[in-house]
This record gives sequence, structure tokens and C-alpha cells, in this order.
Amino acid sequence: MEDTTSFLPREEAKPSRCPDNSAFKQQRLPAWKPQLTIASVLSTFFLTGAFCLTVGVCLVLAANSVREIQIDYSDKCSDCSKLRENSSNWNKECHCSVNFTLKEDILGDVFMYYGLQNFYQNHRRYVMSRSDAQLLGRNVNIQRSYCAPFSTYRNGTPMAPCGAIANSMFNDTIDLFYNRNSSVIQVPLLKTGNSWWTDKNVKFRNPELYNLSSAFAGTARPPYWQKPVYLLDEEDERNNGYVNDDFIVWMRVSAFATFRNLYRRVRRVRHFAQGLPAGNYTFQISYNFPVTRFKGRKHVILSTVVWSGGSNPFLGIAYLVSGTAAILTGFVITGIHLKLRKKKTYFQKH
Amino acid sequence: RRVRANAREYNEKFHCRALVACKSPSCPICPQSNCIKTSKYNIVTFLPVNLFEQFQEVANTYFLFLLILQLIPQISSLSWFTTIVPLVLVLTITAVKDATDDYVRLCPDHTWLSLYSLRQEQWMNVRVGDIIKLENNQFVQADLLLLSSSEPHGLCYIETAELDGWPCGEGKSQLSHTVHPGEVICEPPNNKLDKFGGTLYWKENKYPLSNQNMLLRGCVLRNTEWCFGLVIFAGPDTKLMQNSGRTKFKRTSIDRLMNTLVLWIFGFLVCMGVILAIGNAIWEHEVGVCFQIYLPWDEGVHSAFFSGFLSFWSYIIILNTVVPISLYVSVEVIRLGHSYFINWDKKMYCAKRRTPAEARTTTLNEELGQVEYIFSDKTGTLTQNIMVFSKCSVNGHSYGECQLPELRPEPVDFSFNPLADPRFQFWDPSLLEAVKLGDLHVHEFFRLLSLCHTVMSEEKSEGELLYKAQSPDEGALVTAARNFGFVFRSRTPKTITVHELGQAITYQLLAILDFNNIRKRMSVIVRSPEGKIRLYCKGADTILLERLHPINQDLSSITTDHLNEYAGEGLRTLVLAYRDLEESYYRDWSERLHRAGSAPEAREDHLARLYDEVEHDMMLLGATAIEDKLQQGVPETIAILTLANIKIWVLTGDKQETAVNIGYSCKMLTDDMTEIEPCAPSLLRKAREKMMDASRSVCNGFSYQEKLPSKLTSVLEAIAGEYALVINGHSLVRPGSARQDEALCLAVHHDPSCPLLFLQAHALEADMEVEFLETACACKAVICCRVTPLQKAQVVELVKKYKKAVTLAIGDGANDVSMIKTAHIGVGISGQEGIQAVLASDYSFSQFKFLQRLLLVHGRWSYLRMCKFLCYFFYKNFAFTMVHFWFGFFCGFSAQTVYDQYFITLYNIVYTSLPVLAMGVFDQDVPEQRSMEYPKLYEPGQLNLLFNKREFFICIAQGIYTSILMFFIPYGVFADATRDDGAQLADYQSFAVTVATSLVIVVSVQIGLDTGFWTAINHFFIWGSLAAYFAILFTMHSDGLFRMFPNQFRFVGNAQNTLAQPTVWLTIALTTVVCIVPVVAFRFLKLDLKPELSDTLVRKKQKTQHRCMRHAGRVGSRRSGYAFSHQEGFGELIMSGKNMRLSSLALSSFAPRPSSSWIETLRKKKGCEGSSAGSPSGAADKTLKV
Repeated sequence: MEDTTSFLPREEAKPSRCPDNSAFKQQRLPAWKPQLTIASVLSTFFLTGAFCLTVGVCLVLAANSVREIQIDYSDKCSDCSKLRENSSNWNKECHCSVNFTLKEDILGDVFMYYGLQNFYQNHRRYVMSRSDAQLLGRNVNIQRSYCAPFSTYRNGTPMAPCGAIANSMFNDTIDLFYNRNSSVIQVPLLKTGNSWWTDKNVKFRNPELYNLSSAFAGTARPPYWQKPVYLLDEEDERNNGYVNDDFIVWMRVSAFATFRNLYRRVRRVRHFAQGLPAGNYTFQISYNFPVTRFKGRKHVILSTVVWSGGSNPFLGIAYLVSGTAAILTGFVITGIHLKLRKKKTYFQKH
Repeated sequence: RRVRANAREYNEKFHCRALVACKSPSCPICPQSNCIKTSKYNIVTFLPVNLFEQFQEVANTYFLFLLILQLIPQISSLSWFTTIVPLVLVLTITAVKDATDDYVRLCPDHTWLSLYSLRQEQWMNVRVGDIIKLENNQFVQADLLLLSSSEPHGLCYIETAELDGWPCGEGKSQLSHTVHPGEVICEPPNNKLDKFGGTLYWKENKYPLSNQNMLLRGCVLRNTEWCFGLVIFAGPDTKLMQNSGRTKFKRTSIDRLMNTLVLWIFGFLVCMGVILAIGNAIWEHEVGVCFQIYLPWDEGVHSAFFSGFLSFWSYIIILNTVVPISLYVSVEVIRLGHSYFINWDKKMYCAKRRTPAEARTTTLNEELGQVEYIFSDKTGTLTQNIMVFSKCSVNGHSYGECQLPELRPEPVDFSFNPLADPRFQFWDPSLLEAVKLGDLHVHEFFRLLSLCHTVMSEEKSEGELLYKAQSPDEGALVTAARNFGFVFRSRTPKTITVHELGQAITYQLLAILDFNNIRKRMSVIVRSPEGKIRLYCKGADTILLERLHPINQDLSSITTDHLNEYAGEGLRTLVLAYRDLEESYYRDWSERLHRAGSAPEAREDHLARLYDEVEHDMMLLGATAIEDKLQQGVPETIAILTLANIKIWVLTGDKQETAVNIGYSCKMLTDDMTEIEPCAPSLLRKAREKMMDASRSVCNGFSYQEKLPSKLTSVLEAIAGEYALVINGHSLVRPGSARQDEALCLAVHHDPSCPLLFLQAHALEADMEVEFLETACACKAVICCRVTPLQKAQVVELVKKYKKAVTLAIGDGANDVSMIKTAHIGVGISGQEGIQAVLASDYSFSQFKFLQRLLLVHGRWSYLRMCKFLCYFFYKNFAFTMVHFWFGFFCGFSAQTVYDQYFITLYNIVYTSLPVLAMGVFDQDVPEQRSMEYPKLYEPGQLNLLFNKREFFICIAQGIYTSILMFFIPYGVFADATRDDGAQLADYQSFAVTVATSLVIVVSVQIGLDTGFWTAINHFFIWGSLAAYFAILFTMHSDGLFRMFPNQFRFVGNAQNTLAQPTVWLTIALTTVVCIVPVVAFRFLKLDLKPELSDTLVRKKQKTQHRCMRHAGRVGSRRSGYAFSHQEGFGELIMSGKNMRLSSLALSSFAPRPSSSWIETLRKKKGCEGSSAGSPSGAADKTLKV
């Protein structure tokens, strides 16, 4: 009984449990409290409207200054398209030509694009079907990549490059001829410098060996290709193999089923130093790429560019519409506000 | 149930067998252990158990399922890490939170020590059958059978405020010997606090045991040096724990809404999946078939239909971000932040008790902003439980008028009186002067106070008096008399010794006419040393004024005026009167009393008649007014909460008068609502009809259109302002009780012009439930008195069930535990002795007044923040995800994502999470002072305006609108776009970067627009998120990462190429403008046309507002202020002398506490001798024989 412990509340010096008086803990942090006042809202609307209209006008003007010629040649060479429908004719050549007339000169840099319609480069399985490690020149086991079914042949020979994207590469060749006074001049076209710098120099590398054909020894071309990858450009070593510009451009898959890819640039020399002069032209096309099977279309496009890119007027019009809407809304809001204030003062007076 | 004293093995064996037999779910593995286990994990089991628990959450399982889906290559449209990274993050954060919660939740029993077989032992180690020794002021932590105590006759004093909140006269029994080999057979554990039955077998003798012999868990031992007890029930078996109701997992209404919405979103997701899958099947059938030369179908896919089936799952994976994985964890984080703000709030810190507010659960914060009903305990919550003698009226003169508080008068100096209690303060010196001048009326007044009571006095040392009062009212009165020079010194069963102005006078105590609730008065008959016999009486004004001698008429009317004045101030009044008795008359009367006392039947009636007879033709002395001290700021808090449209119900175990009195003093009841009447049974419907009639007249008066009788409820609601309801529900579920004050009464108060209504109903019986509730809810104030802890919970449950409103219960004692657990939100008053309420509560603080801050500031902000957070969260996820849906129509429904997979992984957890969290934690619409000044600001929460299904659909619509623009504007731009150097731009990767960048910018601007309170942290998070986006974008698209993992980082060089194009930036700018500007327009118009109160307040910045509290200037109240928390039966005890000490000086360790509540002096009975000795008749016999 002597070892009793008192149960009285222990009043030993407890640390103070009083919370700190800091601005953070007391939720009194200094703060900016923005409000939607009539002045700020109206100025937002009118400034936004003005900005949009200005940008819209600039864009529309710029887009209008772009010269563009687009020619659908998918049916122009009807026999060729029929021929290509049968894939057993893959190694038969087929040529056709398409004539067109320029009524005016196209001045400045002229770019030649090929355009495809209804080609679903953005399909998930298509987008996946590549091996970036292989395209970086590395010796990888593409069996484990997503390249299937275009990874290896039955006998186990790997495809180089593998995958559905590479296999379906656009392989028409298009040459442009200028018919000047009955003499036919081939328009000089640049086939390099058409891809992004990072793609050409970082993303795509050839396997490093003393020569390209031996680097690709033990691999085979994709089934739809007519020649192996190391023969894509025999003239230019730096445009051959994986770093071929046409190949790189193709490998950058498009966002939508209708797209255009840069094919060639007009080299501005001699007659063409100012661009393309007016006159009659002919596209000489080696028709290899079948599109009728999937109800697609093929185009060839000649176009200039401005600061905002090509001739697409969408952005400019969209800006004009939004700018107009913003300014109109600004007026509506002013009207409503004034009416309301009148009412309020009316009530206050009475 | 068998308990054998000090035989652990026997008891444990028995109980383990018993457990197998009963399989009670509430029993832990070893039922007799006193430890109540509250922590869930230990170090080893933490990981598996916690993971198991987390995966019981539907959301987490869903994401695990998604993860498994992603591992199937045919349908895996996203890499596995897009799901696993957020999932692991979420699981980790939750696990850390659970671990800290669990660590904090220590077993609370650790702290209490006691003695076990004269060995010190922790309470948690106490087992059933142990005999333990308790010391003064110790908490009883198990249900004990009292064996012996230090006090004479084995009496044991306990304070039971923890247990039931109202004083109840339980006797404690002493078993004269130590019962070592004894055995107790008793009832199984139950929740009846007032019943116990059992038998003690000892040495072949049987002793019946009753509730009188028990010390229940939750009591505090008072004024008793030590006692020994046998543990009968321990741990969860104790009556207290059985009474505290089951702990339910509380969820907020937002939680439930969120779950519903997540289900809807899930349904929406499935719909989208089905649409896209059908699209895929059609596409593959029409287009894909032709495209097979370039893109053959996967192995195993032979039909378009099967492809569509696979694409369904692929789309489920892609679109899963509409069901946001980080939603739950973000909500938890925000609530945690709010809880910390509550803990840190200096304005909710009580310096006196050194207790800060504490948010004990972190899951209910936003519900604090939606409370509609508050259920409050009275004692200890609204009141301090301190009675102060504040005013009196003697012979038509009122003393103690409060002078102007600015003058700060000195309290009256009682130094002339060596026996004065230094803590007593009185502010009016004229009363003391009257005493000193020898005013006979004043002398007689205080003489009455010093004689007519049942207080026991103790004198530790000379002049150091301690009073042990059965009710604090009496203590206050006797102390007042003591300080004014009429010192009650000591008493024996037959005498009372009083020091009258320094002169010791011993009065002979002839009889005590005890108090009871019908009589509402008590009297003593004493013989002065001169031999005069005088009856002193104190009691309710309504009773006593009728019994005065007619010559008192003038005085009576003056005193009545004073009484009304006191009542108007919420003071408890008593009227004092005396009567001189003739010796012969007294002898005759006492003879008759003796006979009546020994009459075999109708004894009580006879006695009452005799008492009635003698208390007649009395001379009025005056009246006393006692202030039941409210907690600080209670009336103001109640006023503000009422203005905030919160209904406050007081549920108390107290008597009706005291409860009503408190209702008036804290301004819950006003004089617009008049008399309180006891009422007749089962007339609830009539009450409603009367209320209807009254309301019609009111309605007509205001020329409202007549409402159809069928719309009872709506009419009742419409006129709610006029009524207050006082429910005397001591036996809401025990209708058979004979005692009048145990019958349930409904008294409806309304304006004085209407007839009074007398009603009674068994409100908690099923058929009356709804009517009771409708009536109660139509009233402005509701007071339920004499309710048991379980009934408190039932009332709360009733409101929860039928009203669908958020309820909050606040209380301080163990009697409030069940109510606290039942209500949506339970608040415990901390810093007082018991911690049962706090342990059961969700929030705790030490002052009732902090409730207004908790609700109006913290709750309101929490709700606002949570709603804004949820709106934005759903918006941003829909804006993000729906883009995939639109893209599906352009990519052959192939489940190609629009964004880079890293963007998908990081969008929710890095790019957009922190700004919205910052808003959810820090946002404020109006400063905190405004919430107090304009309680109406609280209403949107109650009406659930800020986040409901409508708001949700608006958010979703906004998200979908954004996603449409986000997709179609870049689509239009990119259709034939080229770069400014002629190279291609319309490639998939550039498109992805453009859409992702504009999305991040748009949602950042949107959060900027939503954030109303830009602290440095908000700035940091918003700008930081944008910066982080670009930093991560450029890192992911960098050469180095690509060279390391060429197949994983395919977007190499994309950021610098795409973002260098003016077209891309113009696209992003246009998207942002088009997404945001309409929102600004709508917001501004809404603000302009239909401004919320908070909006107007923000605009009117500097307008100062003076809000006057209603002042207590109620004059002409016809209400009786009578209230007296006294119990019957103590007169007998004193007359029998059984609670007298042999030597009062021998008593030690009596430490009175100012905050201690009902100090119970309890009748004792000798259990071994049977109960007859303690019975009233026996006591009366003895008294009269003296």
C-alpha cells in the first residue's frame, strides 16, 4: 500500500502545445487575389480579339501568297495501277508521264511533295512496327521487337530494315522535266536535306563497317522492296542505307491518313534560279507504289513555303473567327453589364 | 457468467470456452483482457496486410486489372509503366499514411496505472477476476464489484459524469470481508448502465448483488482514500464500452458522390470502348481488309469482329485515365492538409487548458462545411458546470445587480470572515452592508441557506471547510451563506452547527422534508437554541408562491418581478420561505408522520400529504439566482450557427428545468417561444395540428396563400421560426415507466397568443418516429432532456435516417460517445478529465465556441476547396483523355494514343497534380473574418451547391469541349502543314507534342483561373509544373536518352524541331484562347447576373460590417427560472447518519476541483444485511424516534 502511485494529472513541464503563429500554419500567407472585374474582363476580350484578328490577317495573307500545284496521278497511269495490283509483278517496271502547265512563274524555293490519301500511317500496329535500335545501326535481335510480321523471313534471315513502316516505303520515282521551246530540260532536284537534322544525324545511323553492303550482310531487304537498303542511293554514300533521306522521311509516320511528304527540292540553278518559270512541264513517274488495293490516291505536289509553312488557310481563318467572336462577346458583355448597372441604380434610387 | 476472485487460470479457461460457445463478434480473442486493441499492424505484417487492404479498394483493384491487361501484347496499347508508376506511387503514399496513422493510434490504456494485488499493474493487464485497489481520484477502467473501502460503512464516493452525465443515486455496497476464494455468478455483459444482477458465493453463503455494488468503468473515485474491487467485466465487455455503440467507418457525402460518379465514369468508359470497338470492327471490315498488304492482321486475328473485341480492351487501357487513379490519393492529401490546418489553428487553441484543436480523423473535413444539425451535450459542453451565486432578492430588495462591466468593480471583500471561501466572488457590496447592519430579513435569508440543504462539510484543519454537495446548486448557495457570515460548520444526524457572524450556534435538526421532482422544494424543520421550531423551505417559485401566507402579497409581487428579471437573464431561481411552528402542532404532525412512515401501503402518498400540510402559510424571505456558468462564448456561437442555418439540438441527461434554463441562457430559446409544460401522452398528432392551426393564422396574417392540409410538412417547415421543442425523453424507449419525469413529453412552444399544447409520445417507437421528427424539425430549437446515451444516438440516427442531412454531435463525456460515433461528425471536448469522448471523436478541441470556427471557417473552406478540386480534377482528366476518343475516328480505331506514353504516365502525377493540390489545400474565397460576419456564407455547403451531379456534368462538358478543340484545331492545322523550311510537320510525333503542350498550357491557365488565392506556393507549383513539363519534354526527347534506349525514347529531337515552328505556337495559342475565353465569359456573366454572396463580398472589399448580437434585454418574461439539479433521497441518508464520518478531520486527500462536476455522495447500504436497512421507511422511523 505504500507503493501507491498518485493518479493526479501529471503537471510536469510539458512543452507548450500552442501552435506556431506562422503565416503558413495560420493560413494567412500573403496572396494575390485576382478577380474578374468588368475592366479586366473587357480588356481581356478586346485585346484577345485584336490579337487574334491581327494574327489571322497575317496568316491568311501569308497562306495566300503560297503557290501550289497538286496533281493526282493515281489513275493517270491506269495500266500501271493495274499492274501493281498484282504483287507478283513487283519487279516489272512501269513508267508513265503526267503533263501540266504553269501559267505563271513560281518564284522562290519550290518543294516537291508526294501526297497519299487513305494511307493509315497512324494505325497503332503500323506505328509500332519498327525497330529504332536497328535503325540506329545496332545489331539487335529484331525477333523481340514489334516488327512482326515483317521481321524475318521463313528461313530466319532478318529483314533490314524491319517492320511494316519500312516495308511499305513509298518507292515511286518522280522526275520533273521542263518543256522549253520543244527542248526538254530536266529540272534539277535535290534529294538530300529534306529530312530533319536530328533524324538524319541522331536517329538514323548505318551499321559501322568499312562498307555498307558488308554491314548489311546476313540481312535481306523487306519483301516489298525492289532493292536492298544499301542500294537506296548508290551515288551518295551519305544518303545510303538507313540514312537515306527518302527512307527517313517515310519513317516519320504521319498523324493522319492523308498526308504529304517532302520528296525533292528544286535546285535553284540556271533556268530555275528564280524558281520554276511558267511553261509546260512533265512528271516522269516510275509507278511502283500500289494504292488502288486500299482505295488510296497518290498526288505529286509542287509548292512554295512562307514563314507559316505551306498553303493551309485553316489557321488564319480560325484566328479571324475567334478574334471576331472575342470582340463580339466583349460588346455583348458590355451591353449586359450596362443594362444591369442601370437596373441596380434604379433599384437603389427607389 | 462466473468470475472467481484472484484465480486467473480458472477465469481464462472459463472465458475461452464461453467465447467458443457465444462467438460474439464484438469479443476480441481474449475477452477478459482489459486492453482494447486499436492499432492494426506490426512491422512484419504491415506490408502484406496493408497491400491486402488497399487492394480491397475498388479503384486499386481496377488499376491492377488494367495492369494485367497491359501485359497482353495484342491489346497493349500502352506500356506497362504508364499504369504501374502511378499505381505504385498511390499505394506508397497511402501506405505511408496508414503507417503513420497506425503509429499514432497507441493503446490508450497504457497510461493508466493501478494496483493489482498490491502490485503495481497497468490497466491493460488487468483480467477478469482480479482484485484491484483503487485510490482517490482514479478513473475506474473496468467494471468492478466493490468489496471494501476506506470510508465508514464501506461507502464509496464516485463521480459519474463520464458515464451518464446526470447525477444518479447509486448505492455502493461493502462486502464486509475479503472474498478470496469467493465466486460470482452474474449476468452476461450488456449495455444497461442501471441494472446488474448476480450472486456472490462465499463460504457456502449466498449474497445477492445489484447495481448498487458496482463501480462502472468511466467513474472517478472521489473523496475516498481507497477501495478494493473485483473485476467483473473488463475491456470491451464493460458497460461503458457496450454502451458506446459500434464504431462505424465514416464516409463523407462527397465520398459517396465521388464513388457514384466514378461508377458513372466507368460506365461512360465502357460506352466509349464499345463505340470505338464497333468502329474498329467496321473499319477493319471496310478499310483494314484492303490495307492488309501493308498491315496484315495480327496472328490469331481472323475477323474484323475479333479485332474489334481486342480493340475494346485496348481502348479501355488508353481511356482509363477518365477514371482518375490519383483522385483518391489526392483527396486524402488535401484532407490531410486541412486537418493540419485545424491542428495548427492558434485561434482554436485554449491557453487555459493548453490544448490545441485536433483533427483526429483526416477523412471528414469537407463535411464540416455541410453540417445542418448539431447535437450538443449540455454539461461540460455548453456549461462549465460551475454554479455561481450571482443575485438574490431579500425582502423586496434585489442585490447583486451587475454594474456596468466597464467599471470593473472590485469584488466584495470578505476578509472580515475568517471562514470565507476565497474563491467566492460577489459584486454588490450593499448586501454585505445589509448583513453587517443587522438586517433581520437578510440574516434570516442566509440562515435558511446555511440550514436548509443536504450538504456535508469536512474540516481538514481548523477553519478550512470543504463542502461536499450533492448538487452544485446547493454547494453554491451554502458557500454564499458561508461567505456572508453564516457558516455551515458541521452536522450530525440530529444537529446542524452554524457559525452565525462568528458565533457558533447548534440547531436541532428535527426533520428533512426531502426534495423530489413533484414537490420541487425541500424543507428542514429545526429547533433553535432558544427552543423555537421553524420550518425553512426553498423551492420553485411556481410552487412556493402559492403556499405563502396571504399577508405576503405585496412582497410576493415585488419578488416575482425580480424572479422574472432573473429568469430573463437565464439564471436559476429558488424561492426561500419560512414558517414558525407551534410546539404542539409540530408534535402532532410528527406523530402523524411517524405513523404514515410505518404504514404498510401508500406510504409515499401519506408522506407527501403530510409534507404538503406543514409547508403552508409560509413567510416569504426572498429568492436566489444562481448562474450556471456557460462556457465562454456559447450564446454568440449558438447565435452565429443559427444564422448559418444550422439547427442545434441539445441532448442532455439533465432534468427538464435545468436544460430549459440553459436553453434560455444560451439564447437558444427566446421569449417568443413561451411556457414549458409537462404534457399528456400520445397527442403528438394534435400538437402538429395545433401547430398547423397556429401556422395558418400566422400565414394568413402575412397574407400567404392557404396551404393544403396534405402539405403538412412543408407548412411546418415554412413556419419553423416560431417554435421550440423541448422533449423530456428520459424513457423514449421505456414507455411503461411510472415516474412522471420518465415519461416522454413533448412540449411545443409557440407564440403566446396560441393555446399551450400538452403532448406526450413515445417518439422513438417506429410509428411515431416520422411525426416526431417532422415536428421536431419544424421547430427552431429542440431540447431533449433526460435522455440516455443510447437514446442520444437514436435521436441522431433518426435525423440521419429521415433528413439526409449532415449531423454533428459534440460532447465531452463518456455518455456522449454513442452519439459522437453515430453522427456524421463527432466532436469531443478535450482538455477535461475524461477522454472517452475525445477518443471516439473525429475532432476535438477544448471550448464549445471553437465550433463556429471549425464549421464556418475550416469546414467552409474545406468544402469549397474540395469542390473546386473535384471539378477541376474531372475536367482535366476528361480534357486529357477524350482526345484519344476523337483521334480514334482518324486512326482506324486502332487504339493509337495521341500522346507520348511518358506524357500519359506523368500527366496526372507530375504535370497537373501539384497546382490543383495547392488550390485544394490553400484556396480561400473570402477572408476568415467574413465567414464569421456573414454566416449565410455557410449555406452553399448545406445545399450542396458547389459540387453535385449538375456541377459534375458541367465540368465534364467543359472537359469534353476542351478535348474537341484540343484535337480538331491541330487537326485542321496539320492536315497539309509543312515546316517553314518545307520539311514535313504533319507527322504523328509533332502532332503529339503540339496537342500535349497545348493541353498542359490550357489546364494550367484553367487552374490559374480557378485559383482564387495565389500564394507563393501556388505560384511555385503552377509555374513549376509548366517548367517541369518543358524540362521533362526536352529531356525525354534528348539524344542521350535515345542512344541509351532507342526503342523507348522514339521522340528524339521532336521537341526542338516542333516547338521551333511559329505555326505550332500559333496553334497552341489559338487552342488556349478558344478553350479559356468562353469560360471567362461564362464566369463573368454568372458573376454579374447571379452573384453568390461570397462574390459580392469579395467585390465590396472595404465595407465594414457591424453585426450586433441580440442582446439579452428580455423584460416581462412570465417564465419560471426555477431549476435545481437535486436528487431525492439524501435527506433520509443524512437523518440516518450513515454517511457521517467518525472524524471529519481524519479524512485526507479530498481534493476538490473547480471543474469537477457532479460530486456524488452516494447512499450506502450494507449489502450483507440486505437492503431494508437503507429503505426510506427505515430511515424515517429512525428519524422520528430521535
